[in-house]
Amino acid sequence: MPAKRSGTRGFLERSTSSFVDAMEHAFYAEQTARADGLLQRVDPRVKLVGILALVAAAAASRSFAVIAGLLAIAIALAALSHVSFRVLVNRVWVAVLLFTGVIALPAPFVTPGLVIWHLPLLGWDVTEQGLASAGYLVLRVETAATLCVLLVLTTPWNHVLKALRVLRVPAVLVTILGMTYRYLFLVLQSAHDMFESRRSRMIGELTGRERRRVAAASAGVLMSKTFDLSNEVYLAMESRGYRGDISVLDEFQIRNFDWVMLGAFALVSIAAFWLGR
Amino acid sequence: MHIPDGYLSPSTCAALYGAAAPFWYVALRKTRKLLLTRLVPLISVFAAFSFVIMMFNIPIPGGTTAHPLGAGIASIVLGPWASILTLSTALFIQAFFFGDGGITALGANCFNMAIVGSLVAWLVYRVVAGRSAITSSRRVVAAALGGYLAINGAALCAAIELGIQPHFFKSASGAPLYAPYPLNIAVPAIMIGHLTFAGLAELVVTGGIVAYLQRANPSLLRLTAPGVPLPQEETQQATMTGWRVARPLWTAVGLLMVLAPLGLLAAGKAWGEWSVHDFADPAARQQMAAASRNVAPPAAAPSGLERLSDIWTAPFPDYLPPFMRSAAFGYILSAIFGVGTIILLTLLASWIALKVRPGLDHAPASTKES
Repeated sequence: MPAKRSGTRGFLERSTSSFVDAMEHAFYAEQTARADGLLQRVDPRVKLVGILALVAAAAASRSFAVIAGLLAIAIALAALSHVSFRVLVNRVWVAVLLFTGVIALPAPFVTPGLVIWHLPLLGWDVTEQGLASAGYLVLRVETAATLCVLLVLTTPWNHVLKALRVLRVPAVLVTILGMTYRYLFLVLQSAHDMFESRRSRMIGELTGRERRRVAAASAGVLMSKTFDLSNEVYLAMESRGYRGDISVLDEFQIRNFDWVMLGAFALVSIAAFWLGR
Repeated sequence: MHIPDGYLSPSTCAALYGAAAPFWYVALRKTRKLLLTRLVPLISVFAAFSFVIMMFNIPIPGGTTAHPLGAGIASIVLGPWASILTLSTALFIQAFFFGDGGITALGANCFNMAIVGSLVAWLVYRVVAGRSAITSSRRVVAAALGGYLAINGAALCAAIELGIQPHFFKSASGAPLYAPYPLNIAVPAIMIGHLTFAGLAELVVTGGIVAYLQRANPSLLRLTAPGVPLPQEETQQATMTGWRVARPLWTAVGLLMVLAPLGLLAAGKAWGEWSVHDFADPAARQQMAAASRNVAPPAAAPSGLERLSDIWTAPFPDYLPPFMRSAAFGYILSAIFGVGTIILLTLLASWIALKVRPGLDHAPASTKES
C-alpha cells in the first residue's frame, strides 16, 4: 500500500490500510489452511481441543522452561504444517513485542524485589523479580499467540466453528459466527470502497471537525447499509424455508491418525501442567 | 483494551467466563424471544459491522486517531441484550481469527467490553435522553456520554482485572506471573489513555452516528426510545388535528382580515375593475385615464362588458350591503364575509377530498426495522 509509506497518513488512509490488512490476513489463512501439512490433516475437533489445552498449559505454567518448551513445540508444528517462519516472525512475534514488550518494559524497574543491577546514568534499580515478571509476560503471550495462530492458519474457519460444537457451544451461536465471518468481508469491502471513493474525491486537507464528521457519517452510512443487508439476508433465508431452526452438519470423522494426535496433545499438555506447577 | 492471552491467570479467566455466562444466556433468550427468526441474520451482519467499526481510525481533537469500540452505538440501536451478543460475536472472531485479544481471556474481554460496555451505554443513554424527541440534540449528547462512559467502564474493569494479578499470582521468588503492575499503577495507566484518547474516539463515534441517523435514518433510533414518536409520525398527528400544517394558511387569513380596511385608503378603483357605469361618469373616466398612463378610455363601455354585466349581480354590489349607509363599515363587513366564505369552501373541499381518499390522514404503514 503506497499510503502506508506516505508521510501524512490521515484517518482515511489508516482505516483503509486496516481493512486491507484484515482481508490479507484472511486470504493468507485460507491459503495455508488448504496446504498439505501435519496440522491440516488433523480432525478440526482434535486440533481445537488440543491447541486450547496447550494454550491453557502455557497460561498456567510457573516455569520458564515449560513455556519455552511449548513455544518450541508450536514452532515445530508450524514447520511441519507449511506455516512459514517469516509469517510467524512478522505477524506474531514482532506484533507481540511491539505491544506486550512495550508494556513489560517498565516492569523490571517498578517491581519490588532483589536488586541485581543499577541502570547507569539514570540510577534505576533492576530487580530480579521484575525481570522475571517481564520475561513471564512476554514469553507467555508469544507462546499463546503462536499456538492460536496455528489453529487458524491450518483450519478453514467453517471447520473451526463446527468443531466448537464439541465444546457445547449452541448451534445458533455457531451459525451466527459463521455468518458473521461471511458478511465481515462484504462489510469490510463496503467500508473500504467508501473510504477509497472519499479519498479519490478529496483534493485538500480536512479540518479536524470535518474529519470527525466524515468519520461518524461514514460509520452511520455503513450501519444503515448493514441493516439493509441484514433484512435482505433474512428475506433470502426465509424464502429458502428458514423458520428459525438451526442444524449444523457434523461431517467430521475421527481416523486412527486423529486418535494418535489427540493422544500426543493430551500427553504434552498434561506433562506441561505437571512440570509447570 | 483487548486483553491478550498470558496477562490474566487461568483462574481469573475462568471466573470471568463464569461471570459472562449468565449474561450470554439471558441475552440469547431475550433476543430470541424478541427477534424470533430474525435473530441470526441481524446479529450476524451487525457483528460484522461492529468488527469493521473497531477498525475505523477516528480522528480525535489533537490530531491523532484512535479505534472506537462501538459498544455505545450497538447498544443504542439494538438494545443492550442484542448488543451483548453482537459484540461478543465480533470479539470472538477477533480473538480466534485475527489474534486480537486472547482465547483464554475471551471471557474477560466479553465481560468488559460487550457486557459492561453495552449495559453502561444503554443506561446512560436512556437516563440522559429521557423522553426527548428522536431528533433532539439531547439524544446526541446522551449517546456521546453513553459511549464515553461505556468505554471507560469497560477499561476500568480491565484495569482492575489486570491490577489484581500481581497481588494474587506470584512465583516462589515473588515475581508476578501475569500482568506485572499492581492496581495503583494499572488503573491510572489504563484509565488515562481511555479517559482521553480512546474515550474521545468513542464519544465522537457514538454522538456522530446518532446525529447522522437523526438526519438520515431516525427509525434506527426507535428501539431504545420507547413511546417517543418518530418525526414522521409527529407530522402525521398534526395533519389529523389540522392545526400545525394549516398554521401558515390561518396566519395569512388573519392578516388579510386585519388588513382588509386598507382597501379604504386606496384612491379610486383597482385597475381593470371598472363597471359599465364608470365609462359614462366623467370623474371615473379621468381616474381610468390616470391609472392607464393617460390613455383615454373608449367613449362607450365595451359591448362585451355591457352584455355580460347583467348576468351576475353580486350579493354586495361594490362591496356595500344595501342596508348599510357607512361605506367603511360595509367594506369591513364585506371583507369578513368574503373570508368566511373562502374558509367554508376550503373546509368543504377538504371534507370531500377525505371522503374520496380516506387514507389521506392516516399514517402510511411504517416500515418497521427489526
